[in-house]
Amino acid sequence: MTEENKHCYIKEGKLALPYQYFAGRVGSKFLVSLRDKKKILGVKCEKCGKVFIPPRKTCERCFEDISEKWVELSNEGEVTNFTVVRTDDKHHPRKAPYVLAMIKLGGADTPIAHILGGVDPDSVKTGMKVKAVFADKAVNTMLQIDRFEPVN
Amino acid sequence: MKKHKKNRNVAIIGIGQTHHSSHREDVNQPEMIHEAVERALKDAGIGIEDVDALVHGNMELFEMVHQPDLWHVIGTGGYGKACYRVTTGGTTGATIVGVGDNIVASGLHDIVMIIGFEKQQEGHTTGGITNMADPLWARNLQTGALTGATAEKTINEFGADRAKRAAMRLRVTLDKHASLNPHAHRNFGLDYDQIDDLMVNSPQLVGELRLIHMCSQSDGAVAIILACEEKAKKISKKPVWIRDHVTVHREETFNMFGINENQEVTHHNAARKLFGRNGITNPREYFDVFEMYDPSSWWGLDWLREFLQLEGDEHLKMVENDEVSINGSFPLNPSGGVISTNPIGATAALRVAEAALQVRGDAGAHQIPREVKHALASGFGGTFWTVLFMLEKDLDWQEAE
Repeated sequence: MTEENKHCYIKEGKLALPYQYFAGRVGSKFLVSLRDKKKILGVKCEKCGKVFIPPRKTCERCFEDISEKWVELSNEGEVTNFTVVRTDDKHHPRKAPYVLAMIKLGGADTPIAHILGGVDPDSVKTGMKVKAVFADKAVNTMLQIDRFEPVN
Repeated sequence: MKKHKKNRNVAIIGIGQTHHSSHREDVNQPEMIHEAVERALKDAGIGIEDVDALVHGNMELFEMVHQPDLWHVIGTGGYGKACYRVTTGGTTGATIVGVGDNIVASGLHDIVMIIGFEKQQEGHTTGGITNMADPLWARNLQTGALTGATAEKTINEFGADRAKRAAMRLRVTLDKHASLNPHAHRNFGLDYDQIDDLMVNSPQLVGELRLIHMCSQSDGAVAIILACEEKAKKISKKPVWIRDHVTVHREETFNMFGINENQEVTHHNAARKLFGRNGITNPREYFDVFEMYDPSSWWGLDWLREFLQLEGDEHLKMVENDEVSINGSFPLNPSGGVISTNPIGATAALRVAEAALQVRGDAGAHQIPREVKHALASGFGGTFWTVLFMLEKDLDWQEAE
Protein backbone atom coordinates (compact mmCIF):
# COMPACT_ATOMS: atom_id res chain seq x y z
CA MET A 1 0.00 0.00 0.00
CA THR A 2 1.38 3.34 -1.04
CA GLU A 3 0.78 6.68 0.61
CA GLU A 4 -1.51 7.64 -2.33
CA ASN A 5 -4.04 4.83 -1.91
CA LYS A 6 -3.95 4.51 1.86
CA HIS A 7 -7.47 4.84 3.35
CA CYS A 8 -9.13 4.35 -0.04
CA TYR A 9 -11.89 1.85 0.71
CA ILE A 10 -13.17 -0.87 -1.57
CA LYS A 11 -16.46 -2.76 -1.26
CA GLU A 12 -16.08 -6.32 -2.48
CA GLY A 13 -19.04 -7.63 -4.48
CA LYS A 14 -20.03 -10.63 -6.53
CA LEU A 15 -22.74 -11.08 -9.15
CA ALA A 16 -24.00 -14.40 -10.46
CA LEU A 17 -24.59 -14.03 -14.20
CA PRO A 18 -26.59 -16.94 -15.56
CA TYR A 19 -27.31 -16.66 -19.28
CA GLN A 20 -28.29 -18.67 -22.32
CA TYR A 21 -26.99 -18.42 -25.84
CA PHE A 22 -29.34 -19.33 -28.66
CA ALA A 23 -27.64 -20.85 -31.70
CA GLY A 24 -30.79 -20.34 -33.78
CA ARG A 25 -32.08 -22.66 -36.48
CA VAL A 26 -29.11 -22.13 -38.84
CA GLY A 27 -26.45 -22.57 -36.16
CA SER A 28 -28.25 -25.60 -34.76
CA LYS A 29 -28.33 -27.36 -38.15
CA PHE A 30 -24.55 -26.90 -38.35
CA LEU A 31 -24.09 -28.44 -34.87
CA VAL A 32 -26.40 -31.38 -35.60
CA SER A 33 -24.44 -32.16 -38.77
CA LEU A 34 -21.16 -32.11 -36.82
CA ARG A 35 -22.59 -34.40 -34.17
CA ASP A 36 -24.60 -36.90 -36.21
CA LYS A 37 -22.75 -37.01 -39.56
CA LYS A 38 -19.30 -35.70 -38.68
CA LYS A 39 -19.72 -33.32 -41.59
CA ILE A 40 -18.70 -29.67 -41.47
CA LEU A 41 -21.19 -27.40 -43.22
CA GLY A 42 -20.82 -23.83 -44.41
CA VAL A 43 -23.22 -21.48 -46.17
CA LYS A 44 -22.49 -19.86 -49.52
CA CYS A 45 -23.59 -16.43 -50.69
CA GLU A 46 -24.36 -16.87 -54.37
CA LYS A 47 -24.03 -13.13 -54.95
CA CYS A 48 -20.46 -12.60 -53.72
CA GLY A 49 -19.44 -16.26 -53.75
CA LYS A 50 -18.15 -16.26 -50.17
CA VAL A 51 -18.51 -19.41 -48.07
CA PHE A 52 -18.99 -18.70 -44.36
CA ILE A 53 -18.29 -20.89 -41.37
CA PRO A 54 -19.72 -20.80 -38.75
CA PRO A 55 -22.87 -20.49 -40.85
CA ARG A 56 -25.07 -17.41 -40.73
CA LYS A 57 -28.52 -16.56 -41.96
CA THR A 58 -27.49 -13.50 -43.94
CA CYS A 59 -24.43 -12.43 -45.93
CA GLU A 60 -23.46 -9.29 -44.10
CA ARG A 61 -22.07 -7.68 -47.26
CA CYS A 62 -24.75 -8.54 -49.81
CA PHE A 63 -27.70 -8.89 -47.38
CA GLU A 64 -28.73 -12.10 -49.18
CA ASP A 65 -30.62 -14.76 -47.23
CA ILE A 66 -28.18 -17.67 -47.36
CA SER A 67 -29.75 -19.81 -44.62
CA GLU A 68 -30.57 -22.63 -47.06
CA LYS A 69 -27.39 -22.37 -49.15
CA TRP A 70 -25.53 -25.18 -47.43
CA VAL A 71 -22.23 -26.49 -48.77
CA GLU A 72 -20.20 -29.33 -47.32
CA LEU A 73 -16.67 -28.34 -46.42
CA SER A 74 -13.59 -30.51 -46.25
CA ASN A 75 -12.64 -31.91 -42.85
CA GLU A 76 -9.13 -30.79 -43.74
CA GLY A 77 -7.67 -27.34 -44.00
CA GLU A 78 -4.65 -25.22 -43.29
CA VAL A 79 -3.40 -23.12 -40.40
CA THR A 80 -3.61 -19.42 -41.23
CA ASN A 81 -2.42 -18.19 -37.84
CA PHE A 82 -1.83 -19.59 -34.35
CA THR A 83 -0.77 -18.91 -30.80
CA VAL A 84 0.71 -21.14 -28.10
CA VAL A 85 -1.13 -21.01 -24.76
CA ARG A 86 1.58 -21.41 -22.13
CA THR A 87 -0.34 -20.73 -18.89
CA ASP A 88 -2.76 -23.03 -17.12
CA ASP A 89 -6.23 -21.82 -16.15
CA LYS A 90 -9.30 -23.70 -14.99
CA HIS A 91 -11.30 -22.20 -17.88
CA HIS A 92 -8.91 -23.43 -20.57
CA PRO A 93 -9.96 -26.52 -22.54
CA ARG A 94 -6.48 -28.15 -22.35
CA LYS A 95 -3.43 -28.31 -20.13
CA ALA A 96 -0.74 -25.84 -21.18
CA PRO A 97 1.16 -25.75 -23.41
CA TYR A 98 -1.36 -26.15 -26.24
CA VAL A 99 -1.98 -24.50 -29.59
CA LEU A 100 -4.96 -22.36 -30.59
CA ALA A 101 -5.00 -22.00 -34.35
CA MET A 102 -7.02 -20.22 -37.02
CA ILE A 103 -7.86 -22.91 -39.55
CA LYS A 104 -9.25 -22.35 -43.05
CA LEU A 105 -11.03 -25.50 -44.18
CA GLY A 106 -11.07 -26.62 -47.78
CA GLY A 107 -14.01 -24.87 -49.49
CA ALA A 108 -14.36 -22.10 -46.88
CA ASP A 109 -13.49 -18.41 -47.14
CA THR A 110 -13.45 -17.69 -43.42
CA PRO A 111 -11.13 -19.41 -40.93
CA ILE A 112 -12.33 -20.76 -37.58
CA ALA A 113 -10.50 -20.78 -34.27
CA HIS A 114 -9.83 -24.21 -32.79
CA ILE A 115 -7.48 -26.35 -30.75
CA LEU A 116 -4.56 -27.91 -32.62
CA GLY A 117 -3.35 -31.09 -30.93
CA GLY A 118 -1.06 -34.02 -31.66
CA VAL A 119 1.79 -31.68 -32.43
CA ASP A 120 4.80 -30.15 -30.67
CA PRO A 121 3.75 -26.47 -30.20
CA ASP A 122 7.16 -25.30 -31.32
CA SER A 123 6.87 -27.05 -34.67
CA VAL A 124 3.55 -25.45 -35.75
CA LYS A 125 3.78 -23.28 -38.86
CA THR A 126 1.23 -21.30 -40.87
CA GLY A 127 0.27 -23.24 -43.95
CA MET A 128 0.42 -26.52 -42.03
CA LYS A 129 -2.19 -29.03 -43.27
CA VAL A 130 -4.56 -30.19 -40.52
CA LYS A 131 -7.68 -32.37 -40.17
CA ALA A 132 -10.65 -32.38 -37.80
CA VAL A 133 -10.93 -35.02 -35.05
CA PHE A 134 -14.52 -35.31 -33.86
CA ALA A 135 -15.63 -35.79 -30.25
CA ASP A 136 -16.99 -39.22 -29.33
CA LYS A 137 -19.87 -37.85 -27.28
CA ALA A 138 -22.56 -35.23 -28.00
CA VAL A 139 -21.19 -31.81 -27.08
CA ASN A 140 -23.47 -29.55 -29.18
CA THR A 141 -21.00 -26.69 -29.42
CA MET A 142 -18.01 -25.99 -31.68
CA LEU A 143 -16.16 -28.51 -29.48
CA GLN A 144 -18.15 -31.22 -31.26
CA ILE A 145 -14.90 -31.03 -33.25
CA ASP A 146 -12.65 -32.09 -30.38
CA ARG A 147 -9.46 -30.76 -32.01
CA PHE A 148 -7.52 -30.54 -35.22
CA GLU A 149 -4.37 -32.58 -35.83
CA PRO A 150 -1.68 -32.47 -38.51
CA VAL A 151 -2.61 -34.52 -41.59
CA ASN A 152 0.55 -36.62 -41.42
CA MET B 1 -40.86 30.23 -24.76
CA LYS B 2 -38.45 30.10 -27.69
CA LYS B 3 -39.94 28.39 -30.74
CA HIS B 4 -38.42 25.11 -31.76
CA LYS B 5 -36.54 25.21 -35.04
CA LYS B 6 -34.87 22.31 -36.79
CA ASN B 7 -31.88 22.64 -39.09
CA ARG B 8 -33.80 20.54 -41.62
CA ASN B 9 -36.89 18.38 -41.55
CA VAL B 10 -36.71 14.67 -40.78
CA ALA B 11 -39.25 11.99 -41.66
CA ILE B 12 -39.84 8.35 -40.82
CA ILE B 13 -39.84 6.52 -44.17
CA GLY B 14 -39.60 2.85 -43.12
CA ILE B 15 -40.79 0.71 -40.23
CA GLY B 16 -40.15 -2.97 -39.51
CA GLN B 17 -40.70 -5.07 -36.43
CA THR B 18 -40.48 -8.74 -35.48
CA HIS B 19 -43.18 -10.75 -33.84
CA HIS B 20 -42.64 -10.29 -30.11
CA SER B 21 -42.53 -13.32 -27.87
CA SER B 22 -41.19 -14.57 -24.55
CA HIS B 23 -38.66 -16.72 -26.43
CA ARG B 24 -37.20 -17.03 -29.90
CA GLU B 25 -35.19 -20.26 -30.01
CA ASP B 26 -35.34 -20.28 -33.82
CA VAL B 27 -33.02 -17.29 -34.21
CA ASN B 28 -29.93 -15.87 -32.58
CA GLN B 29 -29.58 -12.16 -31.85
CA PRO B 30 -28.36 -10.89 -35.25
CA GLU B 31 -30.89 -13.10 -37.03
CA MET B 32 -33.76 -11.70 -34.96
CA ILE B 33 -32.60 -8.14 -35.58
CA HIS B 34 -32.25 -8.87 -39.29
CA GLU B 35 -35.97 -9.68 -39.52
CA ALA B 36 -36.82 -6.13 -38.40
CA VAL B 37 -34.12 -4.58 -40.60
CA GLU B 38 -35.32 -6.44 -43.68
CA ARG B 39 -38.95 -5.43 -43.07
CA ALA B 40 -38.02 -1.76 -42.53
CA LEU B 41 -36.00 -1.67 -45.78
CA LYS B 42 -38.85 -3.33 -47.66
CA ASP B 43 -41.33 -0.91 -46.12
CA ALA B 44 -39.19 2.05 -47.24
CA GLY B 45 -38.54 0.50 -50.66
CA ILE B 46 -34.78 0.94 -50.39
CA GLY B 47 -31.74 -1.31 -49.98
CA ILE B 48 -29.17 -1.42 -47.21
CA GLU B 49 -26.77 0.36 -49.60
CA ASP B 50 -29.00 3.45 -49.40
CA VAL B 51 -28.59 3.71 -45.62
CA ASP B 52 -25.79 6.02 -44.49
CA ALA B 53 -25.61 5.24 -40.80
CA LEU B 54 -27.02 2.98 -38.08
CA VAL B 55 -27.96 3.70 -34.49
CA HIS B 56 -28.13 0.50 -32.43
CA GLY B 57 -29.57 0.33 -28.95
CA ASN B 58 -30.57 -2.03 -26.19
CA MET B 59 -30.64 -2.18 -22.42
CA GLU B 60 -27.07 -2.40 -21.22
CA LEU B 61 -25.95 -5.94 -20.24
CA PHE B 62 -29.40 -7.53 -20.48
CA GLU B 63 -28.04 -10.22 -22.81
CA MET B 64 -24.68 -10.33 -21.03
CA VAL B 65 -23.07 -9.49 -24.36
CA HIS B 66 -20.28 -6.96 -24.62
CA GLN B 67 -20.53 -4.55 -27.57
CA PRO B 68 -23.58 -6.23 -29.13
CA ASP B 69 -23.57 -3.70 -31.97
CA LEU B 70 -20.35 -5.28 -33.26
CA TRP B 71 -21.60 -8.88 -32.94
CA HIS B 72 -24.78 -7.86 -34.69
CA VAL B 73 -23.24 -6.41 -37.86
CA ILE B 74 -24.07 -9.72 -39.57
CA GLY B 75 -27.75 -8.89 -39.15
CA THR B 76 -27.85 -5.10 -39.06
CA GLY B 77 -26.09 -4.37 -42.33
CA GLY B 78 -23.64 -2.09 -40.55
CA TYR B 79 -20.63 -3.29 -42.55
CA GLY B 80 -18.65 -0.25 -43.67
CA LYS B 81 -21.21 2.24 -42.35
CA ALA B 82 -21.14 4.85 -39.62
CA CYS B 83 -22.57 3.07 -36.57
CA TYR B 84 -23.50 4.36 -33.15
CA ARG B 85 -24.38 2.40 -30.04
CA VAL B 86 -26.67 4.09 -27.55
CA THR B 87 -28.01 2.81 -24.25
CA THR B 88 -30.14 4.83 -21.85
CA GLY B 89 -31.94 2.06 -19.94
CA GLY B 90 -35.61 1.54 -20.71
CA THR B 91 -35.64 4.81 -22.61
CA THR B 92 -33.08 3.49 -25.12
CA GLY B 93 -35.59 2.92 -27.91
CA ALA B 94 -36.73 6.54 -27.79
CA THR B 95 -33.20 7.87 -27.40
CA ILE B 96 -32.01 6.06 -30.54
CA VAL B 97 -34.85 7.63 -32.54
CA GLY B 98 -33.84 10.97 -31.01
CA VAL B 99 -30.22 10.41 -32.03
CA GLY B 100 -31.36 9.48 -35.55
CA ASP B 101 -33.55 12.58 -35.68
CA ASN B 102 -30.62 14.76 -34.58
CA ILE B 103 -27.98 13.34 -36.91
CA VAL B 104 -30.29 13.61 -39.92
CA ALA B 105 -31.49 17.11 -38.94
CA SER B 106 -27.90 18.22 -38.44
CA GLY B 107 -27.00 17.34 -42.01
CA LEU B 108 -24.44 14.73 -40.96
CA HIS B 109 -26.32 11.86 -42.62
CA ASP B 110 -29.28 11.79 -45.03
CA ILE B 111 -30.69 8.33 -44.31
CA VAL B 112 -30.29 6.67 -40.92
CA MET B 113 -31.67 3.38 -39.63
CA ILE B 114 -32.28 2.99 -35.93
CA ILE B 115 -32.42 -0.50 -34.45
CA GLY B 116 -33.78 -1.35 -31.01
CA PHE B 117 -33.80 -4.92 -29.75
CA GLU B 118 -33.88 -7.13 -26.71
CA LYS B 119 -33.55 -10.89 -26.40
CA GLN B 120 -34.15 -11.14 -22.72
CA GLN B 121 -34.42 -14.89 -22.51
CA GLU B 122 -30.72 -15.19 -23.33
CA GLY B 123 -29.46 -12.99 -20.55
CA HIS B 124 -30.38 -12.14 -17.03
CA THR B 125 -32.11 -8.80 -16.59
CA THR B 126 -31.27 -8.62 -12.90
CA GLY B 127 -27.57 -8.59 -13.82
CA GLY B 128 -28.11 -5.43 -15.85
CA ILE B 129 -30.53 -3.76 -13.44
CA THR B 130 -28.55 -4.47 -10.29
CA ASN B 131 -25.68 -2.54 -11.81
CA MET B 132 -27.86 0.56 -11.54
CA ALA B 133 -27.23 0.50 -7.80
CA ASP B 134 -24.10 1.64 -6.05
CA PRO B 135 -23.15 -1.00 -3.48
CA LEU B 136 -20.68 1.27 -1.74
CA TRP B 137 -23.53 3.50 -0.60
CA ALA B 138 -25.66 0.67 0.75
CA ARG B 139 -27.86 -0.01 -2.27
CA ASN B 140 -27.11 -3.68 -2.70
CA LEU B 141 -29.95 -4.63 -4.97
CA GLN B 142 -32.10 -2.75 -7.46
CA THR B 143 -35.35 -4.29 -8.62
CA GLY B 144 -36.16 -2.07 -11.58
CA ALA B 145 -39.69 -1.07 -12.43
CA LEU B 146 -41.60 -2.97 -9.72
CA THR B 147 -43.07 -0.36 -7.42
CA GLY B 148 -46.36 -0.04 -5.61
CA ALA B 149 -45.87 3.66 -4.87
CA THR B 150 -48.03 5.00 -7.71
CA ALA B 151 -50.86 2.64 -6.76
CA GLU B 152 -50.69 3.86 -3.19
CA LYS B 153 -50.59 7.50 -4.25
CA THR B 154 -53.58 7.08 -6.58
CA ILE B 155 -55.56 5.18 -3.93
CA ASN B 156 -54.83 7.87 -1.35
CA GLU B 157 -55.99 10.56 -3.71
CA PHE B 158 -59.11 9.02 -5.22
CA GLY B 159 -60.14 6.23 -2.85
CA ALA B 160 -59.31 2.53 -3.14
CA ASP B 161 -62.32 1.36 -5.13
CA ARG B 162 -62.29 4.08 -7.78
CA ALA B 163 -58.50 3.99 -8.21
CA LYS B 164 -58.25 0.19 -8.46
CA ARG B 165 -61.19 0.06 -10.83
CA ALA B 166 -59.70 2.71 -13.13
CA ALA B 167 -56.27 1.04 -13.25
CA MET B 168 -57.86 -2.34 -14.04
CA ARG B 169 -60.20 -0.82 -16.62
CA LEU B 170 -57.16 0.63 -18.38
CA ARG B 171 -55.51 -2.80 -18.20
CA VAL B 172 -58.49 -4.48 -19.85
CA THR B 173 -58.75 -1.74 -22.51
CA LEU B 174 -55.09 -2.21 -23.49
CA ASP B 175 -55.49 -5.98 -23.55
CA LYS B 176 -58.32 -5.49 -26.02
CA HIS B 177 -56.02 -3.29 -28.12
CA ALA B 178 -53.24 -5.91 -27.96
CA SER B 179 -55.63 -8.54 -29.27
CA LEU B 180 -55.87 -6.48 -32.49
CA ASN B 181 -52.10 -6.27 -32.94
CA PRO B 182 -50.58 -9.37 -34.62
CA HIS B 183 -47.08 -8.42 -33.39
CA ALA B 184 -48.11 -8.15 -29.72
CA HIS B 185 -46.53 -10.54 -27.26
CA ARG B 186 -49.42 -10.97 -24.84
CA ASN B 187 -53.16 -10.68 -25.06
CA PHE B 188 -55.29 -12.54 -22.59
CA GLY B 189 -58.76 -11.91 -24.01
CA LEU B 190 -59.74 -9.92 -20.93
CA ASP B 191 -63.13 -8.25 -20.64
CA TYR B 192 -64.58 -5.54 -18.46
CA ASP B 193 -66.75 -7.99 -16.48
CA GLN B 194 -63.51 -9.46 -15.05
CA ILE B 195 -62.44 -6.21 -13.40
CA ASP B 196 -63.84 -7.04 -9.94
CA ASP B 197 -62.27 -10.48 -10.02
CA LEU B 198 -58.85 -9.27 -11.21
CA MET B 199 -58.78 -6.48 -8.61
CA VAL B 200 -58.83 -9.14 -5.91
CA ASN B 201 -57.38 -12.30 -7.43
CA SER B 202 -54.43 -11.22 -9.60
CA PRO B 203 -51.31 -11.98 -7.51
CA GLN B 204 -49.86 -8.98 -5.70
CA LEU B 205 -46.31 -7.97 -6.66
CA VAL B 206 -45.82 -4.90 -4.47
CA GLY B 207 -48.79 -3.46 -2.58
CA GLU B 208 -51.62 -2.93 -5.07
CA LEU B 209 -49.33 -3.46 -8.06
CA ARG B 210 -50.56 -6.84 -9.24
CA LEU B 211 -49.16 -9.27 -11.78
CA ILE B 212 -51.82 -8.39 -14.35
CA HIS B 213 -50.90 -4.67 -14.06
CA MET B 214 -47.27 -5.28 -14.98
CA CYS B 215 -45.56 -5.34 -18.38
CA SER B 216 -44.04 -8.45 -19.92
CA GLN B 217 -40.47 -9.45 -20.60
CA SER B 218 -40.24 -9.96 -24.35
CA ASP B 219 -37.85 -10.85 -27.15
CA GLY B 220 -38.10 -8.71 -30.27
CA ALA B 221 -36.65 -5.98 -32.43
CA VAL B 222 -37.75 -2.91 -34.35
CA ALA B 223 -36.03 -0.91 -37.08
CA ILE B 224 -37.05 2.60 -38.18
CA ILE B 225 -35.57 4.42 -41.18
CA LEU B 226 -35.30 8.20 -40.99
CA ALA B 227 -34.55 10.50 -43.91
CA CYS B 228 -34.02 14.19 -44.55
CA GLU B 229 -36.84 16.07 -46.27
CA GLU B 230 -35.31 15.97 -49.74
CA LYS B 231 -34.73 12.21 -49.68
CA ALA B 232 -37.94 11.44 -47.80
CA LYS B 233 -40.06 13.16 -50.44
CA LYS B 234 -38.28 11.23 -53.20
CA ILE B 235 -38.44 7.84 -51.52
CA SER B 236 -41.66 7.77 -49.53
CA LYS B 237 -45.29 8.22 -50.48
CA LYS B 238 -46.24 8.60 -46.82
CA PRO B 239 -43.41 10.19 -44.86
CA VAL B 240 -44.24 10.83 -41.20
CA TRP B 241 -42.56 14.00 -39.98
CA ILE B 242 -40.78 14.16 -36.66
CA ARG B 243 -41.81 17.65 -35.69
CA ASP B 244 -39.88 17.72 -32.43
CA HIS B 245 -38.63 15.61 -29.57
CA VAL B 246 -37.52 16.48 -26.08
CA THR B 247 -35.36 14.60 -23.57
CA VAL B 248 -35.70 15.24 -19.85
CA HIS B 249 -34.17 13.41 -16.91
CA ARG B 250 -34.74 14.80 -13.46
CA GLU B 251 -34.37 11.61 -11.41
CA GLU B 252 -36.99 12.67 -8.91
CA THR B 253 -37.26 9.14 -7.53
CA PHE B 254 -33.85 9.59 -5.92
CA ASN B 255 -35.02 11.62 -2.99
CA MET B 256 -32.12 12.59 -0.79
CA PHE B 257 -34.18 14.89 1.38
CA GLY B 258 -37.62 13.29 1.49
CA ILE B 259 -40.41 13.34 -1.06
CA ASN B 260 -41.53 16.72 -2.24
CA GLU B 261 -45.19 16.25 -3.16
CA ASN B 262 -45.18 19.42 -5.21
CA GLN B 263 -42.15 18.57 -7.30
CA GLU B 264 -42.93 18.49 -11.01
CA VAL B 265 -42.75 14.97 -12.43
CA THR B 266 -40.27 14.47 -15.33
CA HIS B 267 -43.05 13.45 -17.74
CA HIS B 268 -44.98 16.61 -16.93
CA ASN B 269 -41.88 18.71 -17.39
CA ALA B 270 -41.04 17.08 -20.74
CA ALA B 271 -44.56 17.54 -22.06
CA ARG B 272 -44.77 21.14 -20.83
CA LYS B 273 -41.52 21.98 -22.64
CA LEU B 274 -42.44 20.18 -25.86
CA PHE B 275 -45.95 21.62 -26.06
CA GLY B 276 -44.77 25.08 -25.02
CA ARG B 277 -42.15 25.45 -27.72
CA ASN B 278 -44.52 24.11 -30.36
CA GLY B 279 -47.50 26.24 -29.36
CA ILE B 280 -49.70 23.31 -28.32
CA THR B 281 -52.11 24.68 -25.72
CA ASN B 282 -54.55 21.76 -25.54
CA PRO B 283 -52.71 18.46 -26.15
CA ARG B 284 -55.83 16.39 -25.53
CA GLU B 285 -57.51 18.25 -28.35
CA TYR B 286 -54.49 18.45 -30.62
CA PHE B 287 -53.20 14.87 -30.66
CA ASP B 288 -55.18 12.14 -32.40
CA VAL B 289 -53.33 9.27 -30.74
CA PHE B 290 -50.82 8.72 -27.95
CA GLU B 291 -48.42 5.77 -27.81
CA MET B 292 -47.22 5.91 -24.21
CA TYR B 293 -44.47 3.87 -22.60
CA ASP B 294 -46.70 2.31 -19.91
CA PRO B 295 -44.74 -0.23 -17.83
CA SER B 296 -47.75 -0.82 -15.57
CA SER B 297 -51.41 0.12 -15.60
CA TRP B 298 -50.95 2.26 -12.50
CA TRP B 299 -48.25 4.25 -14.24
CA GLY B 300 -50.25 4.38 -17.46
CA LEU B 301 -53.17 5.88 -15.56
CA ASP B 302 -51.09 8.37 -13.57
CA TRP B 303 -48.91 9.40 -16.50
CA LEU B 304 -51.94 10.28 -18.62
CA ARG B 305 -52.39 13.14 -16.19
CA GLU B 306 -48.73 14.15 -16.29
CA PHE B 307 -48.28 14.10 -20.05
CA LEU B 308 -51.60 15.73 -20.88
CA GLN B 309 -51.17 18.35 -18.12
CA LEU B 310 -54.54 17.42 -16.64
CA GLU B 311 -56.00 18.63 -13.36
CA GLY B 312 -57.97 16.73 -10.70
CA ASP B 313 -59.53 13.44 -11.77
CA GLU B 314 -59.67 14.13 -15.52
CA HIS B 315 -57.32 11.22 -16.26
CA LEU B 316 -59.54 8.81 -14.33
CA LYS B 317 -62.59 10.06 -16.18
CA MET B 318 -60.83 9.52 -19.52
CA VAL B 319 -60.41 5.85 -18.62
CA GLU B 320 -63.82 5.45 -16.97
CA ASN B 321 -65.55 6.97 -20.01
CA ASP B 322 -63.52 4.84 -22.47
CA GLU B 323 -62.06 7.96 -24.11
CA VAL B 324 -58.72 6.12 -24.24
CA SER B 325 -60.05 3.11 -26.12
CA ILE B 326 -59.29 2.67 -29.81
CA ASN B 327 -62.75 4.01 -30.67
CA GLY B 328 -62.62 6.80 -28.11
CA SER B 329 -61.83 10.49 -28.51
CA PHE B 330 -58.22 10.09 -27.32
CA PRO B 331 -56.94 6.58 -28.18
CA LEU B 332 -54.10 5.46 -25.93
CA ASN B 333 -51.75 2.70 -27.12
CA PRO B 334 -53.89 1.13 -29.87
CA SER B 335 -50.94 -1.28 -30.25
CA GLY B 336 -51.60 -2.68 -26.77
CA GLY B 337 -48.66 -0.75 -25.35
CA VAL B 338 -45.75 -1.83 -23.23
CA ILE B 339 -48.06 -3.71 -20.93
CA SER B 340 -48.52 -6.25 -23.73
CA THR B 341 -45.12 -6.12 -25.43
CA ASN B 342 -41.80 -5.18 -23.85
CA PRO B 343 -38.55 -6.09 -25.64
CA ILE B 344 -36.92 -3.33 -23.62
CA GLY B 345 -34.36 -1.82 -26.01
CA ALA B 346 -37.04 -1.85 -28.72
CA THR B 347 -39.97 -0.87 -26.51
CA ALA B 348 -39.69 2.92 -26.66
CA ALA B 349 -38.84 2.82 -30.38
CA LEU B 350 -41.98 0.75 -30.90
CA ARG B 351 -44.00 3.62 -29.42
CA VAL B 352 -42.67 5.93 -32.16
CA ALA B 353 -43.06 3.22 -34.82
CA GLU B 354 -46.66 2.45 -33.81
CA ALA B 355 -47.54 6.16 -33.62
CA ALA B 356 -46.08 6.63 -37.13
CA LEU B 357 -48.07 3.65 -38.46
CA GLN B 358 -51.21 5.30 -37.10
CA VAL B 359 -50.32 8.56 -38.88
CA ARG B 360 -49.78 6.64 -42.12
CA GLY B 361 -53.01 4.70 -41.67
CA ASP B 362 -51.05 1.46 -41.94
CA ALA B 363 -51.58 -0.03 -38.47
CA GLY B 364 -53.93 -2.70 -39.79
CA ALA B 365 -56.46 -4.16 -37.36
CA HIS B 366 -55.43 -1.75 -34.61
CA GLN B 367 -55.68 1.35 -36.83
CA ILE B 368 -57.87 3.90 -35.06
CA PRO B 369 -61.02 4.52 -37.08
CA ARG B 370 -60.42 8.16 -38.03
CA GLU B 371 -57.74 10.26 -39.65
CA VAL B 372 -54.57 10.64 -37.58
CA LYS B 373 -52.70 13.85 -38.29
CA HIS B 374 -50.88 14.45 -35.02
CA ALA B 375 -49.34 11.74 -32.83
CA LEU B 376 -47.53 11.72 -29.51
CA ALA B 377 -45.10 8.99 -28.41
CA SER B 378 -43.17 8.68 -25.16
CA GLY B 379 -40.21 6.72 -23.83
CA PHE B 380 -39.43 6.05 -20.19
CA GLY B 381 -36.64 4.40 -18.29
CA GLY B 382 -34.42 4.28 -15.26
CA THR B 383 -35.33 6.59 -12.46
CA PHE B 384 -37.28 8.87 -14.78
CA TRP B 385 -35.65 9.55 -18.08
CA THR B 386 -38.26 10.76 -20.53
CA VAL B 387 -38.17 11.26 -24.28
CA LEU B 388 -41.30 12.63 -25.91
CA PHE B 389 -41.98 12.78 -29.66
CA MET B 390 -44.41 14.76 -31.79
CA LEU B 391 -45.18 13.23 -35.19
CA GLU B 392 -47.07 14.96 -37.98
CA LYS B 393 -48.79 13.78 -41.14
CA ASP B 394 -48.36 17.08 -42.99
CA LEU B 395 -45.41 19.38 -43.21
CA ASP B 396 -47.59 22.40 -42.50
CA TRP B 397 -46.76 23.58 -39.01
CA GLN B 398 -43.86 25.80 -39.96
CA GLU B 399 -45.97 28.17 -42.07
CA ALA B 400 -48.34 28.52 -39.16
CA GLU B 401 -45.58 29.80 -36.91
